[in-house]
Order: sequence, then C-alpha cells, then structure tokens
Amino acid sequence: MAEKKPATTVVVTSGKGGVGKTTSTAAIGAALAMEGQRVVVVDFDIGLRNLDLMLGAERRVVYDLINVIQGTANLSQALIRDKKLHGLHLLAASQTRDKNALTEKGVAMIMGELRSRFDWVICDSPAGIERGAVMAMKHADAAIIIANPEISSVRDSDRIIGLLDAKTERGKRGQEMEKHLLITRYDTARTKTGEMLGIDDIADILSIPVLGVVPESNKVLNASNLGTPITMADRDSPPARAYGAAAKRLCGQDIPLEIPAGRKPFFANWFGGRAA
Amino acid sequence: MTILAHTQSQFRFQGRSFLAFVIFPTAPIGRWLNDLEKWVNESPGFFAEKPLMVDFSKVSPERDEFNSLLAYFQSNKFRLIAVENIDPAWLPRDLLPLPGGRHRQEIEAAKKQSPISGNANSHGRGTVNSLMLNSPVRSGQEIFFPAGDISVTGSVASGAEIISGGSIHVYGALRGRAIAGSDGNEKARIFCSSLEAELVSIAGFYKSAPDIDPDLFGRPVQIWLQDNLILLKAME
Ligand SMILES: Nc1ncnc2c1ncn2[C@@H]1O[C@H](COP(=O)(O)OP(=O)(O)OP(=O)(O)O)[C@@H](O)[C@H]1O
Ligand SMILES: [Mg+2]
Repeated sequence: MAEKKPATTVVVTSGKGGVGKTTSTAAIGAALAMEGQRVVVVDFDIGLRNLDLMLGAERRVVYDLINVIQGTANLSQALIRDKKLHGLHLLAASQTRDKNALTEKGVAMIMGELRSRFDWVICDSPAGIERGAVMAMKHADAAIIIANPEISSVRDSDRIIGLLDAKTERGKRGQEMEKHLLITRYDTARTKTGEMLGIDDIADILSIPVLGVVPESNKVLNASNLGTPITMADRDSPPARAYGAAAKRLCGQDIPLEIPAGRKPFFANWFGGRAA
Repeated sequence: MTILAHTQSQFRFQGRSFLAFVIFPTAPIGRWLNDLEKWVNESPGFFAEKPLMVDFSKVSPERDEFNSLLAYFQSNKFRLIAVENIDPAWLPRDLLPLPGGRHRQEIEAAKKQSPISGNANSHGRGTVNSLMLNSPVRSGQEIFFPAGDISVTGSVASGAEIISGGSIHVYGALRGRAIAGSDGNEKARIFCSSLEAELVSIAGFYKSAPDIDPDLFGRPVQIWLQDNLILLKAME
C-alpha cells in the first residue's frame, strides 16, 4: 500500500478575539471535506471550547485533546467523526483544564500522529499571544490569519504574523511559513463610508496574500446556531461561497478573488502577485 | 580521577549587553517632569520595558526632593536600574551607579575632536556596519542595532520599533517608531517612502505623531537633526 502523504497543518489565528477564527475553521474544514479531503479540525481554545458547538458535536465529546496529552485516552477514542459530512473530524478542547496542560511534548506527539492520518490538520487558535496561541501555531506549515476590517484587528494580526516566524518549528528551522490573509465580517456599506478599512489597505498593511474576503452576514450566526458550518448549512450564501473559494485557493487552485457586492474589481495578489 | 573532573567547573555565565536609556533631569524640575509625563502618556509603555538610568549631573536637588523623584522613577511606568551623579549615600544599594557603559557626552566630546568622522561606525574598525531587513517589521517586534544603519525593504508596522545607532532607511511605510542615532549620533537620519510614524527620534530628540505636520503624512520624507530640532522634509 502506498504511504499517505503527510497532512498540511494549518493554524487559524488572529491575535484579537471574536474576529471569526472558529467560524472560519469550521467553514474551511467542512469545505475541504466536501472536496473529498480527509480533515481534522483541532480546538486549541482550552477552557473556552467552541468548535464542538459550531459542528453540532457538543454532546458527543467524551475525550478531548488534553485527555490524549495526559494519556487517559488514545487519539482514536478522542477523534469525533462528523455525522453529516464524511471525512470531517473534530478533536475537541478541554473545557475544564487550563492551557498549561498543553505540554510541548504532548502537542508535538499529537500533531505528528494527526499528520499521518489526515490530509489536512486545521488548528483553531485561541485569541491572544499566550501559550495556547503559540501551541496552536507551533507545528503549522501554513497560517490563515483572520482579520476584520478595523484597525485594532489588523494591528493584532500583524503582531501574530511576526510571531509565526519566531515561535514555530518551521520558523526555527529557517523555513518560511505560508501565510494567508482571510478578511471576515467585511461590510461594503461601512467600508464606503470610511468607517471600516478597505481590502487594499488591509492587504497593504499586512503585506501577505489575500485568501478570501467573507462578507458580514447574519446567515453565519444562523448556521452556528444550527451547529452546522456555513459552507454546509447554506452553500449558496455569499459567506459560504467566499469560504468555499478560499478553501480551493488553499489547495492551490487559481480562482479570482470575489469582493462582496458590486464594487470595482480588486486585483488580488494571492500566491505571489498575479492580477486577477 | 573524579577530582580532576571536578576542577572543570559547572558554573557558567554569559555576558549580555543591552541598551539603557539615560535621562537627565533639568531645572526647573517641575517643567521637566511635565514634559516627561507628556512623553510617557503619548508613548505608553515606552519606558516601562526598557532599562532606565537617571543622571543628576544637570541639577542638584535637596535630599527630600531627590527622594520624591526617586519614588516617581520607581513607579511601574519605569524600570529604573541606576542613578548617577548623586551622593551615593542617598541611594538604595540596588541603584548604585553602574561601572562602565559608553556615555552620550563622551561621544559628543569625541566628535568635537574629529568633526569629519561623520557617520562612520562607532567601533572605528573601518567597516561599514549595516543591518538589512528583507521582511516587514511587524507590530510588537523590536529591532535594535547600535552598531550602525538599519535598512528595511518592507514596512515598519504600527507598534513596531527600530533602534539604530546610525541612520534608518525604510523603503516601505514607516508606521511604528524609528529611533536613529540611539547613542547620540546627531548626524543620523531617517528616510522612509511613506511617513505614517508614531514616533521619530534622532540622538534623543524626538517628534511624536501629533507633532508631525499632517501634510507630510503618507509621503516620502527625510528626517534629520539641526540645532537640536528634528526637521522633516518631503522628498518628492
Ligand atoms: N461573516 C460573519 N458575519 C456575521 N457574523 C460573523 C461572521 N463571522 C463570524 N461572525 C460572528 O462573530 C462572532 C465571533 O466569531 P468566532 O467565535 O468564530 O470568533 P473567534 O475569533 O473564534 O472568537 P474567539 O477569539 O473568542 O475564539 C460569532 O458570534 C460569529 O457568529
Ligand atoms: Mg474561537
């Protein structure tokens, strides 16, 4: 039997809280699984776990990441298969322990094992720049940086991008980490009035390629209330289409960037500066 | 033979050099404190993270005046490591003057003797020291290069800080803090292709965002020091 190619490990991170990391992890994880990929989404937000809710799996969490690190369960026992979507799996965070239970050795062991079992390992980072966030990024090959079109979010993202080269195994080996900017909660009306930053401004400040722009939409909240990622719950909605396209770009497909709602086309420069 | 092995001591230590800021209280002290407070409020945390020395060579306070100043500098806004040019008997043990350290005045004195030394590197080794950064300087990063010039091919983010003993060249946007001539080189300059800085400083003189002419915002600008004044000029 042919050896499986090791997974691509992606961290979804932002610095600032509440910008849409968990929503995006679930949506992109589901979108990749819908493309036939084997995916595991891992919740690193110890003590504030949310990813299980977004996948409607909260009642099925018996063992979590910390149980596996501490050896009270093995990985197969802790992995939860998604009921609706073949290929999607969840490794939940612990709601009762604290982030100090995330030991370096334990995280390295789990990431190694997940890498050999899946095509994609997607790590949902907690907010902040503390231990939990650092552990979530530590073994990543690529990062999706979530930013909202406001200055505080963009600055925190910038801070996190700096840490991605300093604190990760890849960075320590001197290899560059692939970095993708995903702008979420983008509101055209509020950008036009100047209340929010434009995409070009954000891309210019952060100077990393844009993976996608997800519009503000109450369909996102509806989907999370249903416990289904938006990419499954409402496939044709604008946020689901944006996430779907972002997932395809993550796989290396060349898809022009769509900017929410009738504006002049924006010439995106993902994967190294090509005009769309 | 175990004795021999033991002669190889397990005790190790490393030397580490870092930049300490030295400030000189001047009379009238009330006004000087006001200016300092203003600076601290405009750049919160600027001093909090850096070792600070206070040099009393320009004032001679009474003991009680000194004590209240000391209490102020020992607050959490600062990280006071030493006090100089004051009666050592007034000082707690942990604040005694530190031996050594290159002083700004000494550098100035040396410069007066050889006015053509200009921007040459401070080690006099005859090599041009410069640090080239090929990736953007991100928020929260601090680049410290006392030995010479710093060039950044990308941008310097808001919340980032570059400190150079010489000049600073930023080929992207300068949005953070640029501190040139950090050990007193008044010939140091700052160049950037888009000025959006939070603070620029040369040889200890500074201008923070509110004091910078808004017309220069976003433009390519050159910054230098003349007669103790920071001057800025668009380079178009
Ligand atoms: N595109 C969107 N449109 C509208 N609401 C959104 C969008 N994306 C996310 N939200 C809402 O924003 C809130 C925060 O989202 P989410 O929990 O995914 O953020 P987070 O970055 O994971 O937060 P934390 O830092 O607390 O982990 C949620 O209520 C979510 O429904
Ligand atoms: Mg979250």
